[in-house]
Amino acid sequence: MFDFSVVTKWVDMMLRQWLPESWVLTTEFVLIGLCVLVGYAIIALVLIYVERKVCAFFQCRLGPNRVGPYGLLQSFADMFKMLTKELIEVNHVDRFLFNLAPYIVIISSVLAFGCIPFAKGLEIIDFNVGVFFLIAVSSIGIVGILLAGWSSNNKYSLIGAMRSGAQMISYELSIGLSILTMVVFSGTMQLSTIVAEQADGWFLFRGHIPALIAFVVYLIAGTAETNRGPFDLPEADSELTAGYHTEYSGMHFGFFYLAEYLNMFVVASVATTIFLGGWMPLHIPGWEAFNAAMDWIPSLLWFIAKVAVVIFIIMWFKWTFPRLRIDQLLRLEWKYLLPINLVNLLLMVLVVVFELHF
Amino acid sequence: MNLALFVVVLLTAIALVAVALTLSRLLSPRSFNKQKGEAYECGIPTRGRSWMQFKVGYYLFAILFLMFDVEAVFLFPWAVTVREVGVMGLVNVIFFVVILVLGLAYAWKKGALEWK
Repeated sequence: MFDFSVVTKWVDMMLRQWLPESWVLTTEFVLIGLCVLVGYAIIALVLIYVERKVCAFFQCRLGPNRVGPYGLLQSFADMFKMLTKELIEVNHVDRFLFNLAPYIVIISSVLAFGCIPFAKGLEIIDFNVGVFFLIAVSSIGIVGILLAGWSSNNKYSLIGAMRSGAQMISYELSIGLSILTMVVFSGTMQLSTIVAEQADGWFLFRGHIPALIAFVVYLIAGTAETNRGPFDLPEADSELTAGYHTEYSGMHFGFFYLAEYLNMFVVASVATTIFLGGWMPLHIPGWEAFNAAMDWIPSLLWFIAKVAVVIFIIMWFKWTFPRLRIDQLLRLEWKYLLPINLVNLLLMVLVVVFELHF
Repeated sequence: MNLALFVVVLLTAIALVAVALTLSRLLSPRSFNKQKGEAYECGIPTRGRSWMQFKVGYYLFAILFLMFDVEAVFLFPWAVTVREVGVMGLVNVIFFVVILVLGLAYAWKKGALEWK
């Protein structure tokens, strides 16, 4: 399997040859920053295109097909258009908080994006409390959304932000607890170690029923966490116009849009990393030839394929289920998912303590 | 090293927003119109202030969230060492969780989980 640390080592060596010692680290940091920026932008734009195409196929339409082959350049064109639109400052907004909100939303999603292991040797931040860091960072986004709604001085925004806050903090619990269940199983919080432990079989298969339940709960809570699908009542178009970003225009709005799609990617890749083996190929113990064949497929491709499957499921939710009401939404979380999660955690602990797993 | 990378990614995020907003301010056209600054309200002037008292139901859920989120924070260190602490640790943690579940049951019975 191709190891990306070969590339990074090569870049490091070249830089050391050409540059004085003190500049090497700075250049590397700038390179890392550029990689993050490019990756972030491209993934978000591709996801926007995919979403529109998938949505169109679900509704028997063609979707974007004019700009570029198969409409591939549509979302790029949209982004450039958005860049050249005026940033309207509405009267009576709390100007400081109004401008701060996009920063917080973007910071939260970029930081979460930064600690995902994409492929063998391709990982930026690798804390030994990686999972914990991920949960912590991705919950900062709520603050940005609440600020956006509050500072806009608009009732639609305020209601949207309040709903979004209630929904995201509620489902944050389910995400945290189902990840906690898997941390109990793996015994570590470092994302690279979690992936390495799944070399012989993904946690979804090795963890018996508790892992399966945790995966389903995670998918539901993850969909709610990204304010999508049947849980999109913070920005329910038919009642709140656009929810918390009603007053944002041009690129300001673009950031909320980008962050929403990136959050979907982050949720899908965390599901991939923790339940579906990250970039690890599908290995079945004992089947040597099969395992060797699977190793031929590059790890980055494995990661992207798994994430694509999870993202497709999340999009499928969106175009299949009708929107929930807020009381149904909170009941689903507090009366169903949370008790299920607690019982599931206990089951998983029993599985681990009495060593019933594979 | 990880901390340095964390700072790098953080600065990248800030740079992304700052650069894109500056670019947008340079590129975008600008026009001044009194109507433009009004809050979006389907063309009708806003009645009253928007910064007002809000439904207390959201606050209740925030409190409940706080309780269970702190629980999750306490459980993470235990989760990493489940194999070492074994059955004794499990009993202690069950004791801890049961107290919190009693709290949830109380809230449930009091009707705090209903949306009114």
